[in-house]
Amino acid sequence: MTQTTADSPARRQRAQIKERTLRTDQWWRYPLVTFIIFTAFLVYSTWAIFDTSYFASPYIAPYASPCLATSCPEGARLFGLAPFGDWYTLPPGLLILALPAGFRFTCYYYRKAYYRGFWLSPPACAVNEPHGKYTGESRFPLILQNIHRYFFYAAIVIGLILAWDAVLALVEKPVGLGTLILVVNAVFINLYTLSCHSCRHITAGRLNHFSKHPVRYRAWGFVSKLNAKHQQLALISMFTVVGADLYVRLVAKGIVNFPFA
Amino acid sequence: MSYKAKFRVWRGEGGEGKLEDFTVEVNEGEVVLDIIHRLQATQAPDLAVRWNCKAGKCGSCSMEINGKPKLGCMTRMSTFSEDETITVTPMRTFPVIKDLVTDVSFNYQKAREIPSFTPPANVQPGEYRMQQIDVERSQEFRKCIECFMCNNVCHVIRDHEENKPEFAGPRFLMRIAELDMHPYDVADRKDAAQEEHGLGYCNITKCCTEVCPEHIKITDNALIPMKERVVDRKYDPLVWLGNKIFKRSSSKS
Repeated sequence: MTQTTADSPARRQRAQIKERTLRTDQWWRYPLVTFIIFTAFLVYSTWAIFDTSYFASPYIAPYASPCLATSCPEGARLFGLAPFGDWYTLPPGLLILALPAGFRFTCYYYRKAYYRGFWLSPPACAVNEPHGKYTGESRFPLILQNIHRYFFYAAIVIGLILAWDAVLALVEKPVGLGTLILVVNAVFINLYTLSCHSCRHITAGRLNHFSKHPVRYRAWGFVSKLNAKHQQLALISMFTVVGADLYVRLVAKGIVNFPFA
Repeated sequence: MSYKAKFRVWRGEGGEGKLEDFTVEVNEGEVVLDIIHRLQATQAPDLAVRWNCKAGKCGSCSMEINGKPKLGCMTRMSTFSEDETITVTPMRTFPVIKDLVTDVSFNYQKAREIPSFTPPANVQPGEYRMQQIDVERSQEFRKCIECFMCNNVCHVIRDHEENKPEFAGPRFLMRIAELDMHPYDVADRKDAAQEEHGLGYCNITKCCTEVCPEHIKITDNALIPMKERVVDRKYDPLVWLGNKIFKRSSSKS
């Protein structure tokens, strides 16, 4: 009888199981649904950026806000400013696209979702990934995910601008479906931004002595509660921003046309 | 009420082996570990399984049940349908000693590589004074029962054996976070977390959190905060500048 000892070479082997996974549940649903939803989001976003019907006074589509080019209609400009002159002929949304897109792309929730849904790394827990080599976020280019907090700073500004747009709509057209949609969108965009892991860290997560910083500790507690819902807020805000953007464009195109639109 | 369940259990020594089929009695209220013990008692007396407390607190009976890392003693048979074939295999990431027993010494090696709690030199034992709010964040990580299912499920080493020397796994990155967050620990752990223990390999897909039987939020409360602390140290010029201007200690605040 063969005796297995601590030094036996046989002991150094994992169980040689050929199946990629022995899971019997529908583990493929999460990556598949993620892939479909995110692809739809990317397709819509690409179309929206190049679509020129982004303003229907007093509503401005979130994808085009802040509108910073002289090609923007007068009422769509942030505080009437247009720092980008006539030389800029591309869609105004392109000027600010990188900020919210970068925030979502480097977001810890979205990273989990697209690593699973698009890169299959891994597609699901305890399901082998198809890649032969893996270095994660330890090397270029994925090491750049570490700049997430800078996109967070930008997202705070964008969130405030969207809130300002909602306030303007509320002032100019208090009874309007578009106003309600912009307000709801601004609320969820800002909640998503505040629930960010980088926000949690900056608020007080980086401290080791909470007791010496009671105000920051309270803020950290608030952000931590939001952070627990980060995934839900990321998805809800994705749907609200697309919904709000599409609605404004439909109003601007005259497709949606009723008294309280 | 009892019924006959169909089981497929990995049998073998070292890495060699195969799934063997069994039909075995299941009674109301039983867990998978009970069934494994019944197999030992009735059909496979040499079936090896590591177990101890049968209460989900010792972390010994980690195994993969229908492909998912679980504790055998905490997986109720009532969660399966009676006609379902239940497949039980050893943890995939670690070498097999025999049947369901794996060699988890990788984890002990990684534990030894992390410097222990390092208090300030001028504070003697008995002089530590800290408030509950300063320590409760890292107390969550003390719930760990070291079942090593998080390290088992983590694809960084599960799918890439070659990463084992560079990657400590979620369990020990969480240990580093626990120490780094401790108000009385003065060791510098951020550079080591990234450079020596492979925090950068983590792509925060949260499988460690999904399988944790103690429901520790490993990713959200340990790994991501530790990643952010590493960003402070290595990748954020503003924090670096602030530390220079205000002469802050960049390691502990």
